[in-house]
Amino acid sequence: MQLEVAEKLTVKQAKPKASSAPRRKLDIHFGDRVFYYILKASAWGVVGLLLLMVGLLLDMSWPAFVEFGPKFLINPEWNPWTGEFGALSFVYGTVVSSLIAVALALPVSVGVALFLNELAPTWLARPVGFFVEMLAAIPSIVYGMWGLFVLAPFLRNYLQPFLHETLGFLPLFQGPMLGYGMLAAGIILAVMITPTIASISREVFKAIPLGYREAALGLGATRWEMLKIAVLKTGASGIIGATILGLGRALGETMAVTLVIGNKAHISASLFDTAQTMASVLANEYAEADSDLQLAALTAVGLTLFIVSLFINSIARYVVWQVDKKYAGMGR
Amino acid sequence: MGLQATSFQDRKRKAINIAALGAVLGLAFLAAVPFVLVSGYILVKGIGSVDWAFFTELPKGPGETGGGMANAMAGTGVLVTMACLLGIPWGMATGIYLSEYGHGKTASILRFTVDLLTSVPSIIVGIFVYGLIVVHIGYSSYAGAAALAIIMLPIVARSTEEIMKLIPNSVREAGLALGLPRWKVILRILVPGCMGGLVTGFMLAIARVAGETAPLLFTAFGNQFYSTSLDQPIASLPVQIYNFAKSGFPDLVRQSWAGALVLVGLVFFLNFGTRSLLYLKNRKEIKS
Amino acid sequence: MTSSTGPILTVENLNAYFGDFHAVKGVNLEVQRNEVVSLIGPSGCGKSTFIRCLNRLHEEVPSANCEGRVLIEGQNIYAENADPVVVRRKVGMVFQKPNPFPGLSIFENVALGLKLAGITKKSVVTEIVEWSLRKSALWDEVKDSLSSPGLSLSGGQQQRLCLARTLAVKPPVILMDEPTSALDPISTAKIEELVMELKQEVTVVIVTHNMQQASRISDKTAFFLMGELMEFDETSALFTNPKNLKTEQYITGRFG
Repeated sequence: MQLEVAEKLTVKQAKPKASSAPRRKLDIHFGDRVFYYILKASAWGVVGLLLLMVGLLLDMSWPAFVEFGPKFLINPEWNPWTGEFGALSFVYGTVVSSLIAVALALPVSVGVALFLNELAPTWLARPVGFFVEMLAAIPSIVYGMWGLFVLAPFLRNYLQPFLHETLGFLPLFQGPMLGYGMLAAGIILAVMITPTIASISREVFKAIPLGYREAALGLGATRWEMLKIAVLKTGASGIIGATILGLGRALGETMAVTLVIGNKAHISASLFDTAQTMASVLANEYAEADSDLQLAALTAVGLTLFIVSLFINSIARYVVWQVDKKYAGMGR
Repeated sequence: MGLQATSFQDRKRKAINIAALGAVLGLAFLAAVPFVLVSGYILVKGIGSVDWAFFTELPKGPGETGGGMANAMAGTGVLVTMACLLGIPWGMATGIYLSEYGHGKTASILRFTVDLLTSVPSIIVGIFVYGLIVVHIGYSSYAGAAALAIIMLPIVARSTEEIMKLIPNSVREAGLALGLPRWKVILRILVPGCMGGLVTGFMLAIARVAGETAPLLFTAFGNQFYSTSLDQPIASLPVQIYNFAKSGFPDLVRQSWAGALVLVGLVFFLNFGTRSLLYLKNRKEIKS
Repeated sequence: MTSSTGPILTVENLNAYFGDFHAVKGVNLEVQRNEVVSLIGPSGCGKSTFIRCLNRLHEEVPSANCEGRVLIEGQNIYAENADPVVVRRKVGMVFQKPNPFPGLSIFENVALGLKLAGITKKSVVTEIVEWSLRKSALWDEVKDSLSSPGLSLSGGQQQRLCLARTLAVKPPVILMDEPTSALDPISTAKIEELVMELKQEVTVVIVTHNMQQASRISDKTAFFLMGELMEFDETSALFTNPKNLKTEQYITGRFG
């Protein structure tokens, strides 16, 4: 039917099945066996590598855990001179800067995904989509430079005075207006995770069968109502998965944050103030650690970050997988 | 009842529709703004800063004018090449295993692990390599390359798997029917057959690691001259940009802009090049 | 402006395109109130495209457009000031694949159209939902599980849920695009039965691949071929005594 022809224009290419090679008994041929075991060892080597990472980091940070115990995670004090090390201010910096990033990036990313997938004509969707994807390719250090030399002065001279005047009654927007600091880090991170959230949301929207959109329109929904019912609501879990993946990326992002966040280990309610994240303290101090204990404490910070990002990413992938499964074999 | 939107309710819905779609449009363009701003600044500042000496000379001391990042560019070349030597074969082998022998639950575990490795923050890879290599032999090209290789590994593995899976099964069967052992079918028929796609994956992985800074900070470390030995610290473009940018000396900052331009140019070239390659290839396949 | 005596649906010289492809070619057709009209024809003959022009869903496909006049109760849905959203409320549609909205319960699925139309009074909504579910013979099966997800139902039940969803806004015309092609024979029979009951209240235009189905349920049948309406007549006449040679060849199974 012509209709199907037209649908094909918008349908994304069918994903290949999970395994294209049917299961076969391993050939008895000697060369085959050697080849197979080499490949198998390589693949399991990846698992080994990840386990080795966990093990080695645990081993390296062990002295810090022995010294400080679980208090390490709730102590805001980080003082290489007195030898007192606690990770709380870094955890705070990481969490707050990442949350700012997600709060800014989520609406923009979903907007981009909706626009590119549902509204834009192909001739426009292609270049804009390419632009957004290229954002993901720019190295972190380059964002950091841009943040340090362009964004921070802009914040200092325009955005922070404006926020201070309009919303200055909130503690969030009080304090010295330096430009660099928590807010700058959040904004840079938002720019960096937008392509991640947008491209996964796009994949999710593409997987939603056309039938839902038509059913909504057929009931007399306006285009926006259709997007709400058939796309946003249907793809909600996918958007959540994409957001968590973006969050995971923001948590571990190092260079851009290091250059703009001000690098001071303290907890301040003001978004204008400086801060330090788990990743940025590693970049700043790891090569210059004065004592073995500081090195162990830094590694413990790294291990915390590692475990948190593994956890976050596992959840995100699980959520996205569930979405894939939901539409598997449903066609369009 | 007419067919026009006359009731208050319908007019309101139409207004909301237009406002909401306008907001979506606005958000989409808002996302394009950073791209224009970032690349615009890099381009303008970079072109204004780059000179011949940047490519040919060694860095000068802080406060002096002139000099370049020749050693850093050479260092990035060395590190990326070494990383490829480890990361590409390992990643390819893993990808081929997943595509050709990967079934059932164990394969899912492997895939999941590879995906997790992709999402490990690169600074963590740096710490890992520090503990694995640097504490034994010190800051070195070996350590820096190992860190980059670990970052490349999962990218190469997944792209290899995806590309190999696209080969129709009939090709495998045809090869086996010729009496070739399976390993020859894979290495002589399947791999050459999708070389273009595989290379695309490699290039994207290279583009990714060429710009990495965090994992090199305390593995390759960096220096101000050409490294002559692989077990010594080695400079790299991203680390040099970082050090110069935060130094505060105007001429070093100028050079870091030039470095950023070169780096972004390299990354875009790799990305753009592979994409157009892929595009041309797809078009050819559709035509035939 | 009541025109309860005239045809409820008039199609005048309708042409539909996908880009350069001419999918529906100059079709003229009249449907009377409370009729069931079947559209038959081989795959790709334009019958689905044709009914998608009747509620302006065709234009939602990129590069698709159409021209001509389609009058619902005497009013042209392609008139300059006609609003597709309002048109679609008057011309409901049931699709090939059951498509209850994920994330919505059975009740919410049926009530959705009412919500969109601005009917929010709880008692009214509850009443109409029950009425629609009864009309689509689903009430007895789901009355105790109205809050469970629409997607938890079986395929046949889902399709009846979609019918109820369409009925709730009380459109005078309902379009059905091969509504039973994804269903088993028992569910198919149920839908067919419903269509015949529904014609007391609405007019149904149904696309079907199945000629037996067309002859079982419809008052009139239209035969499409290559985008053209070849023949349109009383169902009994068309199947027993086709005037067009192509129609005869098709219904006797010589091609298609």
